[in-house]
Amino acid sequence: MSKANTTVAPSGEELVFTRPASLVDRPTHYCPGCHHGIAHRLVAELLDEMGVIENTIAVASIGCSVFLYNYIDADGVESPHGRAPAVATGVKRARPDKFVFTYQGDGDLASIGMAEIIHAANRGERISVVFINNTVYGMTGGQMAPTTLIGQKTTTCPAGRCLEREGAPIRMAEIIAHLGGTAFCARGSLDSVKNIRQAKKYMRQAFEVQAKGFGFGFVELLSGCPTNWRMTPVAANKRIADEMIPYFPLGVYRDVVADGTCGSMVAGGE
Amino acid sequence: MKRYIDVIMAGFGGQGVLLIGNLLAYAGMREKLNVTYIPVYGVEMRGGTANCTVVLSEEEIGSPIINTPKSLIIMNRPSLDKFQSRLADGGIQLVNSSLVEPELVEKGGRIRTVLVPANELADQVGNARAVNTVMLGAYVASTGMVKLETVEACLAAVMPAKIVPLNVTALRTGADYALKQLASMPAVKKPAKAAAPKQAKPAKSAAEKKN
Amino acid sequence: MAGNKERLFVKGNEAIAMGALAAGCRCFFGYPITPQNDIPEFMSKYLVEAGGQFVQAESEVAAANMLLGAGACGVRAMTSSSSPGLSLKQEAISYMAGSEIPAVIVNMNRGGPGLGDIGPSQGDYFQSTRGGGHGDYRLLVLAPSSAQEAYDMTFDAFDLAFASRNPVLILGDAIIGQMKEPITPREPKAVDPAEGGDWRLIGAPKSGPDKREHRIIKSLFLNDGELAGQNMKLQAKYEAWKKLAACETFEVNDAELVVVAYGSIGRIAKNAVRNLRAKGKKVGLLRPKTLYPFPEKALEKLAKAGKRFLTIEHNLGQMVEDVRLSVRHYADSELFCVYPGNMPSPDDFEAPILRALGRK
Repeated sequence: MSKANTTVAPSGEELVFTRPASLVDRPTHYCPGCHHGIAHRLVAELLDEMGVIENTIAVASIGCSVFLYNYIDADGVESPHGRAPAVATGVKRARPDKFVFTYQGDGDLASIGMAEIIHAANRGERISVVFINNTVYGMTGGQMAPTTLIGQKTTTCPAGRCLEREGAPIRMAEIIAHLGGTAFCARGSLDSVKNIRQAKKYMRQAFEVQAKGFGFGFVELLSGCPTNWRMTPVAANKRIADEMIPYFPLGVYRDVVADGTCGSMVAGGE
Repeated sequence: MKRYIDVIMAGFGGQGVLLIGNLLAYAGMREKLNVTYIPVYGVEMRGGTANCTVVLSEEEIGSPIINTPKSLIIMNRPSLDKFQSRLADGGIQLVNSSLVEPELVEKGGRIRTVLVPANELADQVGNARAVNTVMLGAYVASTGMVKLETVEACLAAVMPAKIVPLNVTALRTGADYALKQLASMPAVKKPAKAAAPKQAKPAKSAAEKKN
Repeated sequence: MAGNKERLFVKGNEAIAMGALAAGCRCFFGYPITPQNDIPEFMSKYLVEAGGQFVQAESEVAAANMLLGAGACGVRAMTSSSSPGLSLKQEAISYMAGSEIPAVIVNMNRGGPGLGDIGPSQGDYFQSTRGGGHGDYRLLVLAPSSAQEAYDMTFDAFDLAFASRNPVLILGDAIIGQMKEPITPREPKAVDPAEGGDWRLIGAPKSGPDKREHRIIKSLFLNDGELAGQNMKLQAKYEAWKKLAACETFEVNDAELVVVAYGSIGRIAKNAVRNLRAKGKKVGLLRPKTLYPFPEKALEKLAKAGKRFLTIEHNLGQMVEDVRLSVRHYADSELFCVYPGNMPSPDDFEAPILRALGRK
């Protein structure tokens, strides 16, 4: 996918796609059609392209992606459920010269970890957050998440999520965008090639605002969970396009570089 | 007999009670005594009263918190109400008679009281805020636990240099006033055996919130 | 403020902060709660002036997790709180113990349960010495009884934490934290910049002399036998700590009754023992300085010599269980409780000590 990975093999055949160097060569534990694999690859491609892999400390969270550290070839630390932004704050404050990112799901980030993500963003911690929103708790077996759509059936809202009983799905990108320390905030989607390309651009910007010291970088990625959605991977992609994107609109929600306001950012560490 | 004294100092916030508590502790350190100082803190600070406990001893100090103190510095009426009954038999209290009616002071010879019109004396010294050092001067002269010169030498540790001379005068004014009063005072009765403090007596109020 | 050899007159809380600075602490993560606020207040000024990082976290939960992150990088870091805050930190403390991350944690124990009060208490003894959070783990627990000990124990706690790759807990209370006493500071420690070099997270070079595999600091062990192996490793570590057990003894040689008390109660009980000695009573004191490991050998030796024991605690009776376990082959221990909410006084202890001495 990335041009950096396009080489000519000794056999004369053109190699158009390969594993990024920052991605460990091992089979993942993810289900068929799961988008974590794509998101992991995008992270690894960016760490390669930005040349920061040797300087990176990855902060894993709790959920299906707890094994992130087995797949990204960087030093990594595990966090308690929801606490990755606090752990990353400690890592970045201790080692301000390192590239630090968290990778969290919607249960982790938008439910139990709501306080930690809001305050890390508000302080303008120089960290980047990759937020996987698949509207469900994956690892524990498909329970309702804070992002579960109205009417969506899960194992803990078998009749479908009800606005009056369970409240509305939380739109994190919109919330994070309005916090004082956020330098870049966007929502992308992993349901189509076009959207994946765009998502990677967003991720690059969320990574670069950290590297340049502008502030907190955040990217939400709409992702599929065919297993817990009880769908085929193709139907899952269609659901993202038809049901999730209308409720969770794609786009950039904050960009201090484009706004020309990055100089006004004074929050944060060093 | 080993040198030992403990004192509770109490008054309104702003009367400088904690400052003279520290000052006495520094003087104790300078005279090679063991010292502890503990202020009230948190919710007890609210409502505008302040107090602290200072212990000076030649021996290692056990408790820095004293239920039945051997001496008191009472800067205002609420402090008298709170602490006078806790003063140990044979103990001594220095009472600011500018703010406390002398008839409220316990009679009968269980304890000794030195009445010091500290606000008036501070005005004479030239600064109404020196009421605390006037009281400490009177206290040091009345108890003889540390030398007045030692306290004077420690002033610079707890206040800006430019107000040290004024406070030297305040200490001496308080000391002189107390010595005159003590000279005209009948000898104290032999103290009865101190009653053991009851554990059930709460020494401080409970917190309602963490803060 | 720190760094000169003159005696300083400071609160126990300030002594802890100064001891941490002198020990090379580089990061502090805190949250306000009485009676430990002097520690974050001190650090927000002096640690930052020394080039370190101070963060007032959004919660005790977050502060403890920031500590986890900084510790995983091999940087000397600490947090402080008081009892309700320590309850909130237990999640991260369990993860730190499980993933062997060094850190220094201060608990200025206040009255409980629940919101309790802001006065002194020893109600967190079990929480401190039994792990505190989920799973099987221990912390090294140090119990100062003076401002000087608070300084010295904090100074040493960072070395202990890094030597054992484990969180170290300083357990004080409102008396130790709020009381001012003279302290003599030590020479600031020159921390080896390579400290933790064989495990810390600092980025994994892919080439050159420092080339290595990427490192993972974690407490999740799902493969067959992996978790059991980790638990065996932890147990061996805790066993090896036993030689660190420390206590102060006072007048125990010819004592018939030994009073066992720690922290602020230890110093107050010492007063009572001294007063009773002056009256010719054969009583002594053993004051544990480490609560985990517990000075069980010292106690057992006294028990074997025929002493009897009275444990005095500012709680409903917690350490007495460790005293009884220590002396169980030869003796038992009586218990005298000061209830949290009441202030202890040496006068209060003399009668129960005499009662225990009189019972044969």
